[in-house]
Amino acid sequence: MNVADWLSALSILVGVAFFIAGTAGLLRFPDVHSRLHALTKADNLGLGFISLGVAIRMAEPWSIAKILVVWMLTVLAAATVAQLIARAALGTAPEEAGADDHR
Amino acid sequence: MNPALLFDVALAALAVVAALSAVAGRDLFASVAFYIVYGILIALAWMRLGAVDVALAEAAIGAGLTGVLLIGAWSQLHRKGATETPPGPSSAARLLAAGASASVAVLVAVIFVGLPADGAGLAPAVRENVAESGVSNPVTAVLLNFRAYDTLMETIVLAVALAAVWSLTRDELWGGIPGLRQHARDGGVLATFGRLLPPLGLLVGVYLVWAGSSMPGGAFQAATVLAAVWLLLVMSGAMDEPAIGSTAIRLTIVAGPALFLAYGTGGAFLGTFLGFPADVAGMLIVAIEYVLTVSIAATLALLVAGVPRRQE
Amino acid sequence: MSTALVYALCGASLVGVGLYGFITRAHLLRRILAFNIIGSGIFLLLGGAGSRQGAVSPDPVPQAVIITGIVVALSLTALAVALLVRLVEDTGRATLPGEDASRDA
Repeated sequence: MNVADWLSALSILVGVAFFIAGTAGLLRFPDVHSRLHALTKADNLGLGFISLGVAIRMAEPWSIAKILVVWMLTVLAAATVAQLIARAALGTAPEEAGADDHR
Repeated sequence: MNPALLFDVALAALAVVAALSAVAGRDLFASVAFYIVYGILIALAWMRLGAVDVALAEAAIGAGLTGVLLIGAWSQLHRKGATETPPGPSSAARLLAAGASASVAVLVAVIFVGLPADGAGLAPAVRENVAESGVSNPVTAVLLNFRAYDTLMETIVLAVALAAVWSLTRDELWGGIPGLRQHARDGGVLATFGRLLPPLGLLVGVYLVWAGSSMPGGAFQAATVLAAVWLLLVMSGAMDEPAIGSTAIRLTIVAGPALFLAYGTGGAFLGTFLGFPADVAGMLIVAIEYVLTVSIAATLALLVAGVPRRQE
Repeated sequence: MSTALVYALCGASLVGVGLYGFITRAHLLRRILAFNIIGSGIFLLLGGAGSRQGAVSPDPVPQAVIITGIVVALSLTALAVALLVRLVEDTGRATLPGEDASRDA
């Protein structure tokens, strides 16, 4: 393994760590808004690091550009969906939002 | 066991667990959510098998469009109070069902393992003849040349399925508009998202058809992306569903299968139904794929939208 | 043990899981899910059979048939959902007649 491979592996590992942290937040946090906070922060950063790790291994600039587009689209979609879920959760009673967030 | 195989076993186990959660869970919405996760895991499985075209189709159709369809169905049932899970059969009956299902699974697995190992399948035949098909992606060559009659039938099945869905319309709503009118807050995130994404979605759709002749991609995957753009435009309030009585929309739906059939019939005059000489086949396949893409996109989007619920 | 065998065995298990759901769950939306799971299990078996040669990419003919199958499965799911919604509108129930009562008793 050369330096690029190590950097790539390190970046992917950091990304996976963010995903694990985000998932732990999803499972442990008490209400919709803090769960969303954990998920979107962790997953966007996690995907960012994983994309970076994969991009390092790519030879063609074209492939790197595609990975960048995928990452940006995911961030955009995640941010939009998170906003919509948060707004929908505001509309329901707080106790319902806490106990029954998946409706 | 090497690490790659370990990953395969973990992924396969996760897919089975997600499927079990989808069928055995208590909450119906959780089941739908697990089913979507399951679809994405299966798309990953197709990547591991090297079937990139299938992975694209599974991710876009199996997880994406089916997910939208199921969530839509859930919310309609929820509004009518029909999402309560009825109590299941007795535990003895459940045990019996589990035993029977497990036996079927084991039987299928044993038959698979017992398949003759030397079967080369049809891959060599496709490899030898792909040059004559006019395209270089073997999957596209099979879909639109070697087994084009399958694809022709499939496009007709799609149109017939849509006609069957529409046939459930109530008399007073015939010719009306599917679904409820969607509103998004002006300048809100959804409205902005609905305006930002469609141009890029169109570009990806056109690219997928074009790329499909030499790389993974093709009419069905592209049509799903375009159908998703359509659904996003409707959900963000930028566009309303068309009335199903509209002549334009009906022509759009039948244009693809009709052109495909005309192409097949033209081939029949030159010798073989759906057969064309290699020098023009490539061009014709790409032309047909573009028209098919538009028709399939409209059909898929309207299949997800369902029966008309209001008049203009 | 090869990748193709792992996913084919996964497909066989999914057929079993789908069948179990189809038999034991009365809610029709769950039956639609179970039906789709059986379908994708069969696709995995077919795809696994097409990639046993260990080539770079699996046999294109099963791949094309599976893509066709995925699209047909979606159109049938859409029809099934439309029928289900109509059933609920007309009867208020999402189960078949005779299957809505508890047989636990």
